[in-house]
Amino acid sequence: MRIKQLLIGMTATVIAVSSYVEMAIADLKFPMLVYRTGAYAPNGIPNADGFVDYYKMINARDGGIGGEKIFHPECETGYKTQVGVECYEKNKKDAMVFQPMSTGITYQLIPKATADGVSIYSTGYGRTSAANGKVFKWVFNAPVTYWDGASIAVRHILKQNLGNIKGKKIALVYHNSAYGKEPIRTLETLAKKHGYKLMLLPVDHPGQEQKATWLKIRKARPNYVLMWGWGVMNQVAIKSAASIKFPMENFIGIWWSGSENDVLPAGQGAHGYKSLTFNAPGSNYQVHADIKKYVHDKGEASGDGSHFGTVLYNRGLFQAMVQVEAATVAQKIHGTSKITPAMYRDGFENINLTAKRLEELGFKDFAPPFKITCENHGGSGLAAVQQWDAKTKKWNMITEYMYGDSDVVQKLIAEDSSKYAAEQKIAERCN
Amino acid sequence: MSVELLNFIETVLNGLMSGVMYSLVALGFVLIFKASGVFNFAQGVFALFAALTLVGYQTGQVPFAHLINELFGTNYHNWYASMPNFLAILLTMVTMIALAWIIERLVLKHLVNQDPIILFMATIGLAFALEGVGDLMWGSDVKVLDVGIPSGGSVWLEEATIGLAAEGSEYYGMYVDVLNIWATVIAVILVVSLALFSQYTKTGRALRAVADDHQAALSVGISLRSIWILVWAISGFIAMVAGIMWGTESGVQFSLSLIALKALPVLILGGFTSIPGAIIGGLLIGVGEKLAEIYIGGYFETGALENWFAYVMALVFLLFRPQGLFGDKIIERV
Repeated sequence: MRIKQLLIGMTATVIAVSSYVEMAIADLKFPMLVYRTGAYAPNGIPNADGFVDYYKMINARDGGIGGEKIFHPECETGYKTQVGVECYEKNKKDAMVFQPMSTGITYQLIPKATADGVSIYSTGYGRTSAANGKVFKWVFNAPVTYWDGASIAVRHILKQNLGNIKGKKIALVYHNSAYGKEPIRTLETLAKKHGYKLMLLPVDHPGQEQKATWLKIRKARPNYVLMWGWGVMNQVAIKSAASIKFPMENFIGIWWSGSENDVLPAGQGAHGYKSLTFNAPGSNYQVHADIKKYVHDKGEASGDGSHFGTVLYNRGLFQAMVQVEAATVAQKIHGTSKITPAMYRDGFENINLTAKRLEELGFKDFAPPFKITCENHGGSGLAAVQQWDAKTKKWNMITEYMYGDSDVVQKLIAEDSSKYAAEQKIAERCN
Repeated sequence: MSVELLNFIETVLNGLMSGVMYSLVALGFVLIFKASGVFNFAQGVFALFAALTLVGYQTGQVPFAHLINELFGTNYHNWYASMPNFLAILLTMVTMIALAWIIERLVLKHLVNQDPIILFMATIGLAFALEGVGDLMWGSDVKVLDVGIPSGGSVWLEEATIGLAAEGSEYYGMYVDVLNIWATVIAVILVVSLALFSQYTKTGRALRAVADDHQAALSVGISLRSIWILVWAISGFIAMVAGIMWGTESGVQFSLSLIALKALPVLILGGFTSIPGAIIGGLLIGVGEKLAEIYIGGYFETGALENWFAYVMALVFLLFRPQGLFGDKIIERV
């Protein structure tokens, strides 16, 4: 009897596993590296929910991409680089693209994915010099890079000071990781160019304790503080800044330091805090209406649906939209709906999200248009500044989308990518 | 007074205040270790769980709402708008006592007389399980915790000290967060209460007896299991206090469980079996890391000494005084 039960169980398992595998082969596979658990889960969950809801909406509304359903298996990384690499290895077969959601994981995956022929899309994070498509064939980081972000923050400060910031002090409070260190080189170069003094203040993971860092800031009295933080580090930093009465309008975070999660714990103290962004907040866009109609109203929302319209949820929608658009473009280029990972990469390299196309996709005025080419995998390089209103508990865009200092950024990208190309013996393409 | 000296005093003061926050976590470790010989790896998760539960009660969140809604297609989220802080804290205390009872029944009871390493491993499992249960019960969002404790820089201290600097010097007054002052007051009350309880009550004496010698305590009729439940409940209460303080500072989120890692160097310095040791160890670590970050941090390219200097101090102590400042001397008889 027991042997019979065991055999039935084993057969059922084999059928279940093979149907799962079959689904993976038949559909377009977009594996998701997520962190729904651990210290960074409060940021990982809304972002992952945005991705899943968008994919579900495309499957329900359009029947998939060109008739091919999206298969989006999740793998939990916990924001740990080693686990992220394991997730990649487990899911890389037939995968169209990986979105590592961590600069550390991105750095590790770049050589692996290049060797395996799988696209990596690190939306506004990861290795900045991957914007050079001549060297990084399989990596995309559009629409804007950290180096653009650093120079856009400085440009915003320049505007506030009528173009002269000579002798001003700018402090960078950063997550002491590959992610947090990314803007340092750009800020140092810009410091030489504009004559400001740069103060570097690293904060170790997770960033729960930053008292000494903020005592230093209180003593040094920098005119501006920039922040490259993630997770609890953001909340503690914003609360600490409010506690030492640092003027919040002079405190500017990168786009990963500007979600509702980051400012709400500081209450009224966070009023006036600024962050960069490359997508709009809110839920009044066509894409939201479609997700509500095709996903949420049918009880299919990812999670409990409570993150709908938040900054990181919207970012997930944007990231998923770009990944889906790459598949659509690839299908058009190659004349088949059944695209391979190599065909998908071709699609990515020919994305042209004009204002008209964004409107067609339900993202009118949600993000600035951008284009990816063989040479430029970094997109437009545009970002805007948003400011937190603690009274209405809303982010408000306070500037137009603006460019960074492309002279400085492009030079740095060329230097860094050439060095990488020499190390890895990569011949430049797109000539 | 010179600005440098005033800044030094400010750094030491802030270090002491941070140290108190570490001591709050370390105290829970010490209590359990003394009474049951268990190094409770789950103490940080206890603090997280207590803070999550407190916010859950305060905001009327339905426990396991996500799971219930998923299974039954319902849409429950909150069953009342808010609860008075006092009642929410009381209910959280009851929950922590219930948790201690459950842990004793499900884990400790089955591991009596096992090697310390087995018990330690069990608490690692407990930490993961409790973190998962906390996630399922209350969700992973960052939660705002407000029990009415004021926070922000002390204006009084700033104004009182601004005139201490030499005339004409650039000095803005001394900074101390009011929340940390409250944490210090609460920690003092907590330690005094614990001392009075263990010194002057029958249960407290029984607790000390168990801590001194399990076998002897058993032989005079002290119930080991009741004492264990009591100790785990007290440490749950301390975890709640730590959770409130840390949660008020950063919002309640899962990284709160990592504060346990800050308690490790405190315990190595103070000793695993000494309550005063946990306090002194915390203060030393707090002051040490703040001084290191501010005065020698600039010499290290990697920086962020505030987070790792405590472990360097702990390593030095392990080399020269492995039992810590106040721990029982390690004597191995051959």
